Amino acid sequence: MTVPISYYLVLAAVLFSIGVASFLIKRNIITIFMSIELMLNAVNLTFVAFAHMWHQITGQIFVFFVMVVAAAEAAVGLAIIIAIFRTRQTLNVDQVNLLKN
Amino acid sequence: MPASYLWLIPLLPFAGFLINGTLGRRLPRPLVSAVALVPTFLSACLWIWLWFTMRAPGAPESIQSVATLFGNSWISISGFHADFAFTVDHLTLIMLGVVTCVGFLIHLYSVGYMAHEDGYWRFFAYLNLFMFFMLVLVLSANFLLLFVGWEGVGLASYLLIGFYFKKDSAANAGKKAFIVNRIGDFGFLLAMFLLIAHFGTLDFATIFSSVAQHPEWQGGFLTAIALLLVVGAAGKSAQIPLYVWLPDAMEGPTPVSALIHAATMVTAGIYMVSRAHSIFDRSPYALGVVAIIGAATALIAACIGMVQHDIKRVLAYSTVSQLGYMFLACGVGAYAAGVFHLLTHAFFKALLFLAAGSVIHALSGEQDMRNMGGLRKRIPITFWTMTMGVFAIAGIPPLAGFFSKDEILFRAFVSPNPIGKLLWLVGLVTAGMTSFYMFRLWFKTFFGEMRFDEHHAAEHAHDAGHDSGQAHDGHGVHESPLVMTLPLMILALLSIVGGWVGVPAALGGHNEIEHFLAPVFESGHAVATLEMIPSPLPGVSHGTELGLAAVSVLVALFGLFVAYVLYYKKPGTAASFAQKFPALYRLVENKFYVDEIYQAVIVTPLLVVSRLILGGLVDGGIVNGSGFAAGASARGLGSLVRRVQSGNIRSYAGWLALGAAAVIAVMIFGHSLWLH
Amino acid sequence: MQLALFIIFGLLAVAGAINFLLQRHPINSALSLVVVMMSLAVLYWSLGAEFLAAAQVIVYSGAVMVLFVFVVMLLNAGKEERTHGSRAAYLAGIPGAAAIFCLLSFIFLSNGRAFGSTDLTNHLTNSVNNIAEISRVLFRDLLLPFEVTSVLILVAILGAVVLARKEQ
Repeated sequence: MTVPISYYLVLAAVLFSIGVASFLIKRNIITIFMSIELMLNAVNLTFVAFAHMWHQITGQIFVFFVMVVAAAEAAVGLAIIIAIFRTRQTLNVDQVNLLKN
Repeated sequence: MPASYLWLIPLLPFAGFLINGTLGRRLPRPLVSAVALVPTFLSACLWIWLWFTMRAPGAPESIQSVATLFGNSWISISGFHADFAFTVDHLTLIMLGVVTCVGFLIHLYSVGYMAHEDGYWRFFAYLNLFMFFMLVLVLSANFLLLFVGWEGVGLASYLLIGFYFKKDSAANAGKKAFIVNRIGDFGFLLAMFLLIAHFGTLDFATIFSSVAQHPEWQGGFLTAIALLLVVGAAGKSAQIPLYVWLPDAMEGPTPVSALIHAATMVTAGIYMVSRAHSIFDRSPYALGVVAIIGAATALIAACIGMVQHDIKRVLAYSTVSQLGYMFLACGVGAYAAGVFHLLTHAFFKALLFLAAGSVIHALSGEQDMRNMGGLRKRIPITFWTMTMGVFAIAGIPPLAGFFSKDEILFRAFVSPNPIGKLLWLVGLVTAGMTSFYMFRLWFKTFFGEMRFDEHHAAEHAHDAGHDSGQAHDGHGVHESPLVMTLPLMILALLSIVGGWVGVPAALGGHNEIEHFLAPVFESGHAVATLEMIPSPLPGVSHGTELGLAAVSVLVALFGLFVAYVLYYKKPGTAASFAQKFPALYRLVENKFYVDEIYQAVIVTPLLVVSRLILGGLVDGGIVNGSGFAAGASARGLGSLVRRVQSGNIRSYAGWLALGAAAVIAVMIFGHSLWLH
Repeated sequence: MQLALFIIFGLLAVAGAINFLLQRHPINSALSLVVVMMSLAVLYWSLGAEFLAAAQVIVYSGAVMVLFVFVVMLLNAGKEERTHGSRAAYLAGIPGAAAIFCLLSFIFLSNGRAFGSTDLTNHLTNSVNNIAEISRVLFRDLLLPFEVTSVLILVAILGAVVLARKEQ
């Protein structure tokens, strides 16, 4: 039995919205970062679904690049978090508000 | 002379203005003088050439020249067209002669008079600028270019009156002249608008021929146009009620008074009325207004002039009075007589002003006649030339003023206008007063004992701040240099012989000037009502003319006699006379309080309205208010939006999510709204 | 068969995501995320993207998530405190997230018929070679971006090293 593509897409939408919700709700910086990764994954699923739908390889190439960039971004972002942790001694995002006003 | 050379006549002085205006500060004085004098002299030479061109047998009645900028005319929009166009007919020739020749003489005089002034280059730059605009005014072939010259001479007049700009009174006088002129210009503008509305053009030839072809056009809109033109002319030519600027304009240097406020600018109004005579001829009402204004101005100005103490003020009021005569002439349809008087007046009034300047120069800045006297032997050339001027303006034959003034009085007397005889009487009385106050001036300045304290004045030479801040300490009373007396002598000569071009037939002459101007003033007369129109008057005998002339001479001599008695024989009589009628004397001495009346009735309410209503309400409330409101709202909005910048990452995230949802929504549902 | 695969691993992914949301300790969230990624790898496979499935496992869950776990343990992150720093996050964010979900699912479902269904026949008969196609594009048409990404990773490494260094 074949699966309608729209199911994959809706699944991706669900994952994406959960990612957005957790981005808003969570207070730990690292967890927030992980929710970004969740969102990226949802988008990757969408790309792959469409690549399959249109029988083009371009979607998958894009996913490839997204993965690379996400990896790089995760590395740098975590380094920054470590740096912030050293100075602020906290991982609570509500307390990293030096940009206030 | 080829027609294209016409453009050189005004452009040469303009070039002089540019050079002196931009570089004059750094140039040595002789060079500045040369830069100013040479173009004026060349313009005068061009005029001479033009004269011979147009007087040659077979010459055309008029020459035209139109200038275009790379093939484009000045203004060309649907329904209206205006060109940079010059035209020269006989009237223009006379005006050009006056402006260029008298102008040149005054330039020459100024070289000597202004020799010790700062801002020498500025003076000559402005003087050349004035020449340029006046020549444009006189040469123009349409009302619009004339208006350009009109405004320009007003500007030059402002600059020159306020030449000693550090003096408050001079600066104020300049402003007053410009603003009062502006009021007149408003009337002129309205007249031009009406002309465009009715004729679709401002070109002289088109308008006047159009009027000529429609003899049924009488009064109505032509009266409106004529009356508005009169407003303009009254402003420029200092007639009631806009004459108040001319006496104050004496704050400027004396050559300025001579050139602008005697010979040329003030005559622009007369010129304009004469030029537009076709329109005036169709409106007896307007002509009547002109005549009455002229006569009234002549009378009232003469009254005021009789009791002034400043030598230049007397001459200023005299100018206003004589301009009234010219207006009166135009009002009774004797345009040629008006222009004739303009010509002779230019000669003797310029002479009188320049001579007065020479007297002031000799006395190191003294202008009050009560401090003069006995100068006859000290400054002989000035004395004799001024004498010629005084006799000329008083109307003593055979000098110039007699013929021109008499022509006007005669025309007023025989005019079909119902009040013609009354106008004649007013003119006669004014002539008597003119003679009186001019001889008063003559006696007070040159005769009797010298009331001037030479040594005292030498110390005060610098503080005088008058128009001759001479560094002549210790010179005492001395005659002016040749560069100043030469123009005086030339003008004196012209004042003597200048009237001989208009000797009427009654006295055995041929009245050349009337015939010279006939083609200008008789062209296109097809008039239903002949009341106002001059023609060699039928049915009036030479006897009347001679009689009237004799009466004028008698009145002039009477004025001389009274002045002689009051100011020479028994010097104290005038003062005791004044004491017998103190209120009347004070009234006249204070110029009938006209300035004060204007101040109270017009100026002060205007200031109140401006400051309180427009300044306070409109400017402060509305304009400022909206500015403040804009600022305050920006600030309020800003402080609201500032809350978004909380520094809290999660709130940013929240707004991000909302924004992203909005964008997605727009992308999905907005698709139908625009074409991608 | 494919449907069953999809349902199982789809539900697994969603469960992992919800667990990620609800857990208070970051390490639990990290591990839930690993579950999500693994199931996504299976889903990629079911869509005919074998290479990506492998890459997902190796790179994403095998490297990136391990990195996250390392950092969590390095920084000794504990349970989350319940601070409420921002009301805007809840007031504007939750409706935003809900709106996004609704909009997306609306658009996907309403066009569901147009999208069609999965079709793995080509993949199963080996007439389509996923790896060959990917490499054809990566190493020929998009060679330059490919090399640039390697530079990007190099830069990221350097950046991370510099940023995370102890101050001397």
